[in-house]
Amino acid sequence: MDAPALEVAGLGKSFGSVRAVDDLSFRVEPGRVTGFLGPNGSGKTTTLRMLLGLVRPTDGQALVGGRAYADHPVPGALVGAALEATGFHPGRTGAAHLAAYAPQVGADRDRCSEVLDLVGLAPAAERKVGGYSLGMRQRLGLATALLADPPALVLDEPANGLDPEGIVWLRGFLRHLASQGRTVLVSSHVLGEVQHTVDDVVVIARGRLVHASSLAELASMAGTRTYVETPDPERFAALSAEQGWECAARGAGHEVADVPAATVGAAAYAAGLELHQLATRGADLEDVFLRLTGAVA
Amino acid sequence: MSRFTAALAAEWRKLTSTALWWVLALGMAAYLAFVGAAMAFSLTVAPEGQAPPLGGLDAALTAYGVLNAVGYVFPLVVGTLLVTTEVRHKTLTQTLLAEPRRGVVLGAKLVLAAGIGLLYGLAGVVGLVAAAAPVLSAAGDGAYLGEPQVLRALLLGVLVTGLWAVLGTGFGAVVPHQVAAVVAILAFTQFVEPIGRLALGAVDGLSVVSAYLPGAAADAVVGASLFSQMGDVDLLPAWAGALVLLGYAAALALAGRLTTFARDVV
Repeated sequence: MDAPALEVAGLGKSFGSVRAVDDLSFRVEPGRVTGFLGPNGSGKTTTLRMLLGLVRPTDGQALVGGRAYADHPVPGALVGAALEATGFHPGRTGAAHLAAYAPQVGADRDRCSEVLDLVGLAPAAERKVGGYSLGMRQRLGLATALLADPPALVLDEPANGLDPEGIVWLRGFLRHLASQGRTVLVSSHVLGEVQHTVDDVVVIARGRLVHASSLAELASMAGTRTYVETPDPERFAALSAEQGWECAARGAGHEVADVPAATVGAAAYAAGLELHQLATRGADLEDVFLRLTGAVA
Repeated sequence: MSRFTAALAAEWRKLTSTALWWVLALGMAAYLAFVGAAMAFSLTVAPEGQAPPLGGLDAALTAYGVLNAVGYVFPLVVGTLLVTTEVRHKTLTQTLLAEPRRGVVLGAKLVLAAGIGLLYGLAGVVGLVAAAAPVLSAAGDGAYLGEPQVLRALLLGVLVTGLWAVLGTGFGAVVPHQVAAVVAILAFTQFVEPIGRLALGAVDGLSVVSAYLPGAAADAVVGASLFSQMGDVDLLPAWAGALVLLGYAAALALAGRLTTFARDVV
């Protein structure tokens, strides 16, 4: 599949005196799921809208496959997008909504039924959208994005309103799309929501880039921690101080930062200290995310 | 399919997939049936011993003239709806994702408006003739439906209804707020322009100006209406009236392209 990369370079947007996006640059590669992360109001949606030609950048550019979205011959067939705050006419059925946008992306009626089936909306196809739940609207938005079977997908907070089962399905589906070589960009304000889906992360806060790397690199920034439970917390605290460990009470036990479990276990053994639990804890990505997005001056 | 025809197909599907368009079309037919019958009745039926106000062909032309005189609110409103519903329900985002060239989107809406306006004109004629013709032939001197002058007035009335819808879309592009647009249309068509035409017509030298008001321009195309029968207002030639209406539509559409259709869609 010849999927376009998405490229944002020196992008900036001011709404009056508010600088919504500032000097933002990053690249989204085909064949991978990229998480576009940042707290609410950090400029994610504005960035996506600039990428898709809905908002005119004040500075810089946002390109799809090296060209502005609007300059492609059939832009809607190249990038399927589901943006937050995109509306549906409450008096239109789900099927009619898809049929209305189908001609412009070259999709026929069969394809409309197909995508409704794919997102699990087929039973509600002939119902008016006014009666849809938030999760159903989210699915209809996704179906609209998939109409043209596009090589690139841009999804803004797609997990919002989905039930846990839907979120698991979405994860698998996005992984599947990326494995076919498509470019997949997914925004979220919660890292944990996309942690199990994305290959790469782009983190922004207050309109500026704070981090862009693979998820693995981001995880390595979190470091490892060793969790310990002991019946003698005083002696363990003394041992930590002696060893120069960074140790903090956590739950029923203690957590030692950046020291492997083997080292902690050996020291406790040598000191004759009884341990009831000794475990390596995974990187806490959410901590890293909060640190990154909170640290911008 | 070219980008424009695809956009036109999308606009058609959007309009016809909700109920409002046919509700308004039915409303127009019913309203014109009522006004047409009432007008035909008041023109042809007089109290015992008095002559009816109008007779023969004049009565028929005046009764059929309500198509243009009172029917034009409906195409105006449906025209604005092509833009204002998209803003109201935030579907403009999806529309511009499908076709980011905004001139193409607005152009498709204007062309669709012309077609829908013609359909509305036909619906109006059907309602009007169905109700007024029997009254005219029963109480008056006849329905005159085969008369070239009558046919011409009805045909031009349909054409003018199409122009009103295009003008409505241009207006919706300038005033995208749905409620504001509909209120403005009702205020202008039912109040501002009728009074303006009478007031301007009463002042020497200004009656020329009144001929360029959109309602007067529409009257000029059709050649008959309530107002032109009431006062002896000078109307433009038919072709000039059509040009004036098109001019309004073009100016409004251009203004809409430079405002609503140039803004960031957030």
